[in-house]
This record gives sequence, C-alpha cells and structure tokens, in this order.
Amino acid sequence: MEQMIIDTANHIAGYAAKAARVKVVAAYPITPQTTVVEKIAEFVEEEKMDIEYIRVESEHSAMVACIGAAVTGVRTFTATSAHGLALMHETLHWASGSRLPIVMVVVNRAMGAPWSIWPDFSDSLSQRDTGWLQFYCADNQEVFDTIIQAYKLCENERVFLPAMVCLEGFILSHTYMPVKIPDQEEIDAFLPLYKSGWTLDINNPISHANLVSPEWFMEFRYMIQEAMENAKQLIPKIDREYEKRFGITHGGLIEKYKCEDADLILLTMGTMGSDAKIAVDSLRKEGLKVGLARIRTFRPFPTEEIGKIAEHAQMLTAVDRHISFGMEGFLASEIKASLFNKKDKSLVAGFIAGLGGRDVTSETIEKIAKKSLKWMHSGKVEKETTWVDLRE
Amino acid sequence: MVTVKELSKEEYLLEGHAACAGCGPAISIRVLFKALGNKVFLVVPACCTTVIQGPYPYTSFNVPLLNILFESTAAAASGIVAALRQRNIKDITVVGWAGDGGTVDIGIQALSGAAERETDFIYICYDNEAYGNTGMQRSGATPFGAWTTTTPSGKRERKKDMPLIMAAHRIPYVATACPSYPIDFVNKLRKAKEIKGTKYIHILAPCPTGWRYDTSKTVELGRLAVQTGLWALYEIENGKFKLNAPSDRLIDKAKRKSVKEYFALQGRFRSLTEKDIERIQKWVDDDWENYRRLAACSASDATPYGKI
Repeated sequence: MEQMIIDTANHIAGYAAKAARVKVVAAYPITPQTTVVEKIAEFVEEEKMDIEYIRVESEHSAMVACIGAAVTGVRTFTATSAHGLALMHETLHWASGSRLPIVMVVVNRAMGAPWSIWPDFSDSLSQRDTGWLQFYCADNQEVFDTIIQAYKLCENERVFLPAMVCLEGFILSHTYMPVKIPDQEEIDAFLPLYKSGWTLDINNPISHANLVSPEWFMEFRYMIQEAMENAKQLIPKIDREYEKRFGITHGGLIEKYKCEDADLILLTMGTMGSDAKIAVDSLRKEGLKVGLARIRTFRPFPTEEIGKIAEHAQMLTAVDRHISFGMEGFLASEIKASLFNKKDKSLVAGFIAGLGGRDVTSETIEKIAKKSLKWMHSGKVEKETTWVDLRE
Repeated sequence: MVTVKELSKEEYLLEGHAACAGCGPAISIRVLFKALGNKVFLVVPACCTTVIQGPYPYTSFNVPLLNILFESTAAAASGIVAALRQRNIKDITVVGWAGDGGTVDIGIQALSGAAERETDFIYICYDNEAYGNTGMQRSGATPFGAWTTTTPSGKRERKKDMPLIMAAHRIPYVATACPSYPIDFVNKLRKAKEIKGTKYIHILAPCPTGWRYDTSKTVELGRLAVQTGLWALYEIENGKFKLNAPSDRLIDKAKRKSVKEYFALQGRFRSLTEKDIERIQKWVDDDWENYRRLAACSASDATPYGKI
C-alpha cells in the first residue's frame, strides 16, 4: 500500500534500497552518510530486508564487494561521502569498465584538507570521468524516486553502467520531509528482477577483465560512451513511465522552471535548485524575466537540452557548488562547451557558491541573478567566475 | 590422498598460458585446479597470474575468473560469497589467488577484514618473495639478504610472517605449502574446501626469473627451502599447530640441511656475507624452537592460536 512518511533523505535512501529489493549491501560508515547504513542495519535486524549486509573495513572494499556481488548475479547497493568516495576512486573505474549496474548514494560532503563535514560537490564531481552516471537531487522525494529509477536505467541492456545518486549532506541527509513511498507491488512491476550483462558462470568459464591489448581497448571505451548516450535518451522515458505509474516527475535530465520566456536562466544542481525557485519567483515579481534550469544528470550531461534552453535566452548563469582549481566550476565549463558550436550564443557567467556547506539562500541567488542581468544588459560578462559572499 | 596417481587427470590450466619456464606459481595453479575441480570462482588481483592466464580474448584457465584490483582480492571474494548465499548456491568454492605483494602488503587490509568477518572462502597467497610481475621489486615477503631491483645490494629487513598473522585472526584453517610437495598441497586444499569460514594457505612458489636460478631447478629449490627449514610445512586447524611431512621430521636441528645449500643455487643471494648467513641460520633455528613449542603445546589440550 502506498504510504506517506516523514523522514530524512538518508533514511529515505534506506527505504529506496529496500523497495528496490537489493540483495547485497556492502558499506562503511562516514559522516554524513552514516544514517543510511544505520537505517539498513535496522531493516536487517527487524527482518524487513533479507539481504547479505557486508560491514566492510573500508570504502574501497565496499565497492569491490559490490562488484563481486554484482558479477555473481544480484542487485547491490552502497552509500558513501567525500573521502570514502575518493578512496573508492579506482574501484569506480573498475565497476563501470566491468559494466555493472551498481547504484550508490553519495551524500555530498566537501573534500579536505582542511576537514569539513558540510556539503559541496567536490567529492562526486571529482569522480566525473569514472564512467558512472551521476544524478543530483533537490529533495527527499527525488532521492527515493531517483534510486528506483537508477536501477531500472542501469540494468537496461543499452546501458549496463553504475550510477551515483547524489544528495547534499545535512541539507538533505538529516532533514525531515514528507515522502510518498509507492505500493511495493507497483514498484516491483516498474522495476523487474535484477538483470546484468554477464555473471561468473562455471558453464561459461571466461576470464573477466584480463589484459586487453591496444588493438581492443578503445572499443571497450567507445561502448561506455555509447551507453552514456543511450542513457541520455532513456532517462526522460523512464521519468515519464514513473510519472504515469506513480504520478511523480522530476523533469528527466533537467528540471525547468519558468524558462520559456526568460532572458536570464540560472543553472544549478541539487538543493540550490530549490532555493533558486524562490529567487525566480521574487525576481519575476519585480518584472525581471528570470528562469531556472536544475541539472539532474551531470553524467550523461544534457548538452542538447542546454542548447535548446539557450535558444531563447540572452544569458545563462551557472551557480556551482564546486570549483575545478585553475579553471572554473564544472557546470559553467560544461554549459560553455555545450554552446560553443551554436550560432548566436548566449552569454555565460559562472558563480561559485556554497563550498563546504556555506549557506546559499534565495537572497544569495537573487544577488547572483541581478549581477548577471547587469552584464546581460551591457552585453559583456565582466568576470568569467565570481566567488559569492567571499570574506575580504 | 597419498599418491600423485590419485590426482584428477582433468586439466583446467590449459595450453598456451603465458608463465615463464619453470614458474612455481604455474605449477601451483595446475595442482590447485586438479585438487578443487572446476566448480570454482577464482578471484585474481594484479599479479603474475594476470599475465599467466593469457590476454583478451583468450584465457588458459578453464574456470570462471574475476580479475580485480591489486588490494581487493578478499573484498571481491566477500561480495561473491554474499551473492552466492543470496542465490542459495552451495556447491561453488570461492578462491582468492594472490601474489605476496597483493597479500602481505597492499592487500592485507581487505584480507584481514574478510577473515575477521569469517568470510567463507579459501585465500591462497603464492609467494615468490617479490613483486614479480613488475620485474622483481622488494615486497614485505622478500627475505633478508635477497637482491631485488629496489634492493640492489640485498634487503636488510626480515620477511613478514604472514601465515602466523592470519592465525592470529583465529580463522579455522591456516596452512603453508610448496609446489615441490604437490600431495601435501592437494590434501590441504581438499581439507580447506570442507571447512566453513576463512581458510588461508601460503605457498612458497620458487621463481627462476626473479630468484636467478636455472629453470629446471624449481622443484629442487622448493625442496631445499623445506629441507633447510627456511620454509616449514604446517597447518593450524582450529588453533592447533601441526607440522606436516617432511617438515615434521626436522625439529631436530641435525636433520635440517644448512641454509647455505639453498642460497648457493640462487643469484639473488649472491651478496650475502658469511655473517649474514650466520644470522639467518640463527633466525631459522629460533623459528624452529617456536614451531617445536607450538607443536608440543598443541599436542596437549592447549590451542596456541586460540579457541575457534
């Protein structure tokens, strides 16, 4: 039976793993992810989840154990944050290269040094090129729905790649919100039993991932790129199917808000997208034509959709909770790259905000929008990258 | 099993493998498969076996094999074992097969974790006493005095005693082996297969390429390692220590050959001085005093490595 519960995003991630009927969970605790693994431990103790729960000795082993379980033919789940994710780095490549549909929740937290337990996207975006799909959530409902959808997408034979479902530490992880949990039978109908491209099999004794010479290697990489492109087509479809069945949509690749007639479109990811909606409403009251596009999937990156959004807007402003040192925010870079070969390009400006959990309020975003509008009217972006609310 | 004739005629290590001539680990792989059959999931990290199995799209192993990251053998095995349990598959033996670097150095954390979690699998370290696949660099298992490419004048520290480290995890079965004694190895593998929990077998696997000896001498060198007492064949079952033949006859020092005989055959020990050899002989004798005590203690009611 469908139920409404009020709980934190981390607990909701546990509910989603349960609803997805995962069989093996291998995880290691790290702030602010801990309550995900604690919730799952609770489900296991209460016999609400019939799983093998491997309490591993490191995140590196967590991901490798998920790889081992996935190649043995079961659905797997794990969760981590920041340094745990960084410790997994090589294992992430191994999971995608092995074409395993593992789903992992990343509770975003800033990378040290210095230590921080508060959120930014420096952890997950550092893993940009590992061949994992990356989703960014704006509320707890989206966390639940995205985890379920991620399994369906990753286990599609045109994809067979792993996915990270990212949510910002504390802002979502420890914040209570109402969430609709659909009927289990309906979820089972939406998400069939686990399917993977291959498994270890004594009747078909292959050596998996043995040494590949330069004559073959590039093709394996091309197939991953193809799978990413396929995922880009499947994500909106799966979103529509989910909406039809459960009445909930998050917009597919991008959630657009008042973009149709907007001169300036703000682009961002995660919870800043929620605050940006309030900012857009307030700016609209002043008669300023501002819209919002919240990027839900950073990999695959919705290049074509960005192109479409830009067709009617004079300016795009990226608000990044991240900095690629020596360059700019990733979102700003990707947006510029997406538009480069277009005629009549819009102006693009980048703003860095909210690093290490610094609060980004709707007022912060209004300030960013007003500065952008000034540059839009003058026809010149005075600064490629602006750090917001920086101490002097 | 008592004789080689009782070994399976079936070959699961096929022709065309890429091991060096005289490779101790390759002999061990052949024996491993003959002992366990083909209902095996093999997990192999970066090590010589990455090469021995042959490159894509071929394999010379007639069992399913998961190649995995260097430090991750035991973690991957943990995931496989968990999934097999969920699928209620009971007739497959999960075997981790890793080199000494992947075991005593970079892989020790994952192995220790898997052992502490009582993961039901067999972990085998095939020890050629250096990072062989990368061209013989020093590992924690390289013995004192041995030349490697990163210890050109000989390593100045002692070899890590990995089997006893594993015994301290209170796992149900720890054993040492050597491909020069295949029956002993087969018996240990068969015993390990029947025991539930983490089983650890450490093989001393001579390597002509790295140890600098003639490729025809692999079996002889393995025997000398045992006969000199530098390598002891034993098992620790449920905390009880027991020397196996022929090591069980070597407690009396007079029956052990001089370590010099073993060193003389290998180029890697060329820089050992008389003083070094004296020191090593003393260490060997001390080790054997320890084995004697462990065996005596185990023969009584005591379990020196703890009740399981």
